[in-house]
Amino acid sequence: MSTPTETLMPFDEAMERYEPVLGLETHVELGTASKMFCGCPTTFGAPPNTQVCPVCLGLPGSLPVANAKAIESTIRIGLALNCSIAEWCRFARKNYFYPDMPKNFQISQYDEPLCYDGYIDVEVDGETVRIGIERVHLEEDTGKSTHVGGATGRIHGADYSTVDYNRAGIPLVEIVTKPITGTGRLAPQVARAYVAELRDLMRALGVSDVRMEQGSLRCDVNVSLMPRGGTEWGTRTETKNLNSLRSVERAVRHEIERQAGILDAGGRIIQETRHFHEDTGTTTSGRSKEEAQDYRYFPEPDLVPIAPDREWVEKLRAELPEPPSVRRRRLQAEWGVSDHDMAAMRNADAIDLVEATVKAGAPPADARKWWMGELARRANESGKALAELPITPEQVARVCELVASGQLNDKLARQVLEGVLAGEGTPDEVVERRGLRIVSDEGELAAIVDQVIAENAEVAEKVRNGKIAAAGALVGGVMKATKGKADAARARQLILEKLGVSG
Amino acid sequence: MSELIRKTAAELGRMVASGEVSAVEVTQAHLDRIAEVEPKIDAFLHVAAEAALEQARAVDERRAKGERLGPLAGVPVAHKDIFTTVDMPTTAASKILEGWRPPYDATVTRRLREAGLVIVGKTNLDEFAMGSSTENSAYKPTRNPWDLTRVPGGSSGGSAAAVAAYAVPLATGTDTGGSIRQPAAVTGIVGTKPTYGGSSRYGLIAFASSLDTPGPFARNVLDAALLHEAFSGHDPLDSTSINAPVPPVVEAARQADVSGMRVGVIKEFVEGEGYQRGVLRRFTEAVELLESLGAKTIEISCPSFAYALPAYYLIAPSECSSNLARFDAMRYGLRVGDDGTRSAEEVMALTRAAGFGPEVKRRIMLGTYALSSGYYDAYYGSAQKVRTLIARDFEAAFQQVDVLVSPTTPTTAFKLGERVDDPMAMYLADLCTIPSNLAGNAAISVPCGLAEEDNLPVGLQIIAPVLGDDRCYRVGAAVEKALEDRWGGPLLKEAPSL
Repeated sequence: MSTPTETLMPFDEAMERYEPVLGLETHVELGTASKMFCGCPTTFGAPPNTQVCPVCLGLPGSLPVANAKAIESTIRIGLALNCSIAEWCRFARKNYFYPDMPKNFQISQYDEPLCYDGYIDVEVDGETVRIGIERVHLEEDTGKSTHVGGATGRIHGADYSTVDYNRAGIPLVEIVTKPITGTGRLAPQVARAYVAELRDLMRALGVSDVRMEQGSLRCDVNVSLMPRGGTEWGTRTETKNLNSLRSVERAVRHEIERQAGILDAGGRIIQETRHFHEDTGTTTSGRSKEEAQDYRYFPEPDLVPIAPDREWVEKLRAELPEPPSVRRRRLQAEWGVSDHDMAAMRNADAIDLVEATVKAGAPPADARKWWMGELARRANESGKALAELPITPEQVARVCELVASGQLNDKLARQVLEGVLAGEGTPDEVVERRGLRIVSDEGELAAIVDQVIAENAEVAEKVRNGKIAAAGALVGGVMKATKGKADAARARQLILEKLGVSG
Repeated sequence: MSELIRKTAAELGRMVASGEVSAVEVTQAHLDRIAEVEPKIDAFLHVAAEAALEQARAVDERRAKGERLGPLAGVPVAHKDIFTTVDMPTTAASKILEGWRPPYDATVTRRLREAGLVIVGKTNLDEFAMGSSTENSAYKPTRNPWDLTRVPGGSSGGSAAAVAAYAVPLATGTDTGGSIRQPAAVTGIVGTKPTYGGSSRYGLIAFASSLDTPGPFARNVLDAALLHEAFSGHDPLDSTSINAPVPPVVEAARQADVSGMRVGVIKEFVEGEGYQRGVLRRFTEAVELLESLGAKTIEISCPSFAYALPAYYLIAPSECSSNLARFDAMRYGLRVGDDGTRSAEEVMALTRAAGFGPEVKRRIMLGTYALSSGYYDAYYGSAQKVRTLIARDFEAAFQQVDVLVSPTTPTTAFKLGERVDDPMAMYLADLCTIPSNLAGNAAISVPCGLAEEDNLPVGLQIIAPVLGDDRCYRVGAAVEKALEDRWGGPLLKEAPSL
């Protein structure tokens, strides 16, 4: 149904003529040890269909039992998002047929969400934007379909499909915003900032590992345009399953440009699901929602209502961690870093690691230097997240300490980190095994300096004659002879002393 | 024929425990009886002779080792084929599950095994327990041992027929709208619908989740109580299971005393149309009997019960339309039309078209419609309100009386084929039993004589409040004792020998 040749309207022009209205639905997989309604483990990446049982396979006769920890986590999320917590609510069945849904209904919540009516503040370009939260509810995830063959990787046109039910039944929290209006040209950034803030919040609460690339945080974005000065919102589209912050921003931007182009040409927007393509930064039409699917929701009769005890809710509220934005401001002040550096750390998911490293005794600047420098490079090379590197903040702090005390220089420190990452042991063990300690024995160093001077008589002569810059070559010789384990500054000092010149 | 098959379950349990007879002998006697009567009544979908003897041997070995056996150890039981069993097929009498072997036991199954009961096989039922005659089985109709041209009731007709035919002393059933009490009534035996949540639904293939209740069949009240006690009680795998002790049903069955009890006669269930005269006569006599035993009887009006049937036929199909969605050929059971060219959706549709029978399809369609957006409030929503009103009628009634009584069914067993083309007539068989499913309270059916028109059994329904299951047994046992004294033995001795 979508127009095959769509003309995009440049973003700036689109913003002059239209006001975007956004709505975000975010799904967060909770990091509970077991699934939502059975005891199966939730570990990511297990061989297909090995973490299943009669309940999450929906076998005839099986019944769900709600995971109390998941309910607690959802309430904590709701509280952190300034929501009201329902006094009494029920699960509901959402009925539709799809092969990755074992029961052909999803246990979700309908008109009685566990948490409702909250907000969260996000910062964009130094401006605080308050995003209203419509509801936070708990549901079960579906299995994962893989469509083999065909051009699109979608079920239509595929040769065959496989389903992995390991994911079926993993607790999923859905967070729905109220319509976000009045953000104008900041809309794409606001969408991104909102998801980033949610991600930090989930991490602070410790309820999910929020790995967008693994699908433990997934985002659907609704976008519509309203002519400037208008009062009636336009028809919206829903772009599904955005799996990075960058994609969220790009998808919103693209939808704005695309919809503006259509409206400008006198076309109309079709209410539909759209898919975002990372490679081109564009969206394409999915299934049309014009004939809205009837999910025939009704209260789940296999589960009893949830009635969270008020005292317990207040206890959970009292125990909430510091909000991420407050914490970021505090840490930035404590560490004395620029907005830019702080943002870089946040983007690299390094804040927790740097904080832990500082807690383990490292100066903030050193901790930041190693995590954002050498370790970020290593993580990037191996395609891992920083936190996935096989090194602990305590180990990084120890490396900082060894450098600060002069036992390592930066070059040696990099080798130590390399050794730790390679599984050779703790920093001290790597230093020991690789023999990386700086040559600090004065006698030994002096002997090496003498030898280097003797071997480079010509250069030494130049230095004696006042061409002090030439000393660098001698220092290089010392470093070479010690395989980099000398303290270069001390070596230079010794060379100059022996050649009778003052540095 | 071995006299063992005429014994009660309590007697058999005692004999096995004392070593008077082995569990294997008891089991073999019943397997022989099954082989004898099964060609006439078609009560079983699966007879597990080898597995049964194996279980019996295990009981005998336990006894030989000096282990203390429970009251029903070594006693044969027939299991409705809607409970999952790892060692026997489980079909719910549907083609869509033909050949399915569940990888897990239902909680009821597990508890039967733990009590040392010997599961001799799986009994026939209306497909997915939807029906009142067992004619909706996709495999075969079951016949009533009293008259082989008549239905044994349903949906648990196979279990009722097996018990009435002395093929087994005990059987399990499930009661969603009367599926235990109605077959018990029309085959002249005892059947109980326990309090909803009193017996676990885990591993019971769901028809209507908020109504389905596992319960026992037996030829006498005490045996029913023993089986009730054996498989009931809290189950953490069923969230709707009640975390409370099983009411003292066995003690109540032994007590068998109604003196001083207040018994309410439900006005709406003796004055309406469609009641067979002989049924009402036996019922009236039973009420008089209760008075003669020292109970006080009063008439109670439950005006909302008039809406029970329509409310039930919205709620049960609604839940069933969702519960049965999982039968889609993707993971287990029948698969039709998967020729490599058809889409998953087409295979699902073809499989469901071929695998479900007409009554199941009718209810799925009814329920899908009732839950549809725009109709939900008018249908499902209103039905839920009726449900609340019915529960309030019961509450008000139990302020005044200890139990309520009514005929279990408006008529005696009808002829095979008589109502298959008239769903409304079929649905009316459950008129008196449905309110207790909607409200979740306990009820029992006990034989109270034969209707003079057709010489077929009539059931007396005794209804108790939630978790008042013991009252059903107390009153039921008192009626049973008095009537058997009058008749000189159980009603079943009037049944033709098969």
